[in-house]
Amino acid sequence: MRIKSSAVVMALYLLFLMVPIYWLVNMSFKTNAEITGAFTLFPDNFTLRNYTVILTDPSWYMGYVNSIIYVVMNTVISIAVALPAAYAFSRYNFIGDKHLFFWLLTNRMAPPAVFALPFFQLYSSIGLFDTHIAVALAHCLFNVPLAVWILEGFMRGVPKEIDETAYIDGYSFPRFFIRIFMPLIASGIGVAAFFCFMFSWVELLLSRTLTSVNAKPIAATMTRTVSASGMDWGVLAAAGVLTIIPGALVIWFVRNYIAKGFALGRV
Amino acid sequence: MDKTQNNKAWFLVLPVLVLVAFSAVIPLMTVVNYAFNDTFGNNQFFWAGLEWFDEMIHSSRLHEALGRQILFSAIILAIEVPLGIFVALNMPKKGFWSSFVLVVMSLPLLIPFNVVGTIWQIFGRTDIGLLGHTLAALGIDYNYTADVLDAWITVVVMDVWHWTSLVALLCYAGLQSIPQAYYQAAKIDQASRWAVFRYIELPKMSGVLLIAVLLRFMDSFMIYTEPFVVTGGGPGNATTFLSIDLVKMAVGQFDLGPAAAFSLMYFLVILLVSWVFYTVMTNMDRSASDIPEEL
Repeated sequence: MRIKSSAVVMALYLLFLMVPIYWLVNMSFKTNAEITGAFTLFPDNFTLRNYTVILTDPSWYMGYVNSIIYVVMNTVISIAVALPAAYAFSRYNFIGDKHLFFWLLTNRMAPPAVFALPFFQLYSSIGLFDTHIAVALAHCLFNVPLAVWILEGFMRGVPKEIDETAYIDGYSFPRFFIRIFMPLIASGIGVAAFFCFMFSWVELLLSRTLTSVNAKPIAATMTRTVSASGMDWGVLAAAGVLTIIPGALVIWFVRNYIAKGFALGRV
Repeated sequence: MDKTQNNKAWFLVLPVLVLVAFSAVIPLMTVVNYAFNDTFGNNQFFWAGLEWFDEMIHSSRLHEALGRQILFSAIILAIEVPLGIFVALNMPKKGFWSSFVLVVMSLPLLIPFNVVGTIWQIFGRTDIGLLGHTLAALGIDYNYTADVLDAWITVVVMDVWHWTSLVALLCYAGLQSIPQAYYQAAKIDQASRWAVFRYIELPKMSGVLLIAVLLRFMDSFMIYTEPFVVTGGGPGNATTFLSIDLVKMAVGQFDLGPAAAFSLMYFLVILLVSWVFYTVMTNMDRSASDIPEEL
């Protein structure tokens, strides 16, 4: 009896989550005439036109390319600097360690709206405005602390004896770190990378403020669908669906760590 | 794990320090600079002292935005936390369905913020959206672009849709850590379902629940993109939350001084809450490690 009622609850909840997404997918396969003219639960005239528009027009698909470029740059930078720092936090006490850890956390909690304008001026003044690296560096504001916290959580689980044995065996620190330690926390690195990727991918405010043409992210490109001939709902829906796909594809691999990632490695 | 005292560990932290200093401290100093100065253009600045802070503290615009923000965060927490716990209790514990549910529930969390806004903007429209159309067909007068209450309901439901899964996932992670023996003992004692929840599940979830509440508080307190896409802060100023107001002030009207003073006060509130968060969390970590393993 209990199993049955919980199944009903879950079915209702998942339905609530899926219906808006379904509506977006549904719309992306309709023609604009059908969207505004008739009200249909399934596309009557199934069309791929909306996707064709996006995938053949450089001003559209470059939005995806730009987003992917800065997101990947950000992920690589974040993980690269976070790895040694997380190791230090998980293994050593040093002067100011607790304050530093807290200061990193405050950056994750900082409202992007506070930073939008100063970022714009900072990157304009050093000539990085409208480049991919500018957005990648700006997103480090919240992704580096996130990566440090997640990695530290995973590293705490590795017994310290492993480090000590390796040093006795004559491994130098860099060699030990790359050859022995990193393979041990490979899943942690994967999870941290996934979350850096995700948080950089979903962010709009900073990436929109820091770009105009050359590095314009897909999220900003989507505001373009209002034209003289009215709103191009079909293309807007298709663009939305295409932004959901990267997350949907990789989520299966991190499903067991997802709570840990969202909780900054603290579960 | 006991850690070794080693100040050379600073060298390992140095890259993070340099990078975050570049992307956090320098911009923050710019904000501080604006907050205490006035400018008439041409990059000439004049000392304004606490004038902007004074203006902002007494600004009714800020008070209204803050009021709306607090109300919004309170509603969000009041709905999402109980709902999240309820969902977590009903999630399948293992097997294929457990993975399936985890994946489907995570989907809304991974959608870009503006796409979340777009989804609900479309979904709520009476001409082309399923929700709006259905409500209209039922004879309910629903229009989120004109009616204040409808706009609020839309924004709140959107946030519930977007983030309840986060609370549920964290609680689920907490529930998974309860040994089966606890439930068996409760069964022998013929404990009611409520007693099991109150005395076994809730205490075991308290840690993750705290993280969930604080994360939801922080993120709802700085929400920007989703309501901006759906309502644009309207109708009127009805859904203009702090971040939306701030961006309007700084980028739209270019009132740098007041916006900077506003930013600093906003940031201080966040900092204060983060500190409480951090203190409670580290205390929790410590007391968790005090419990003997064989308990």
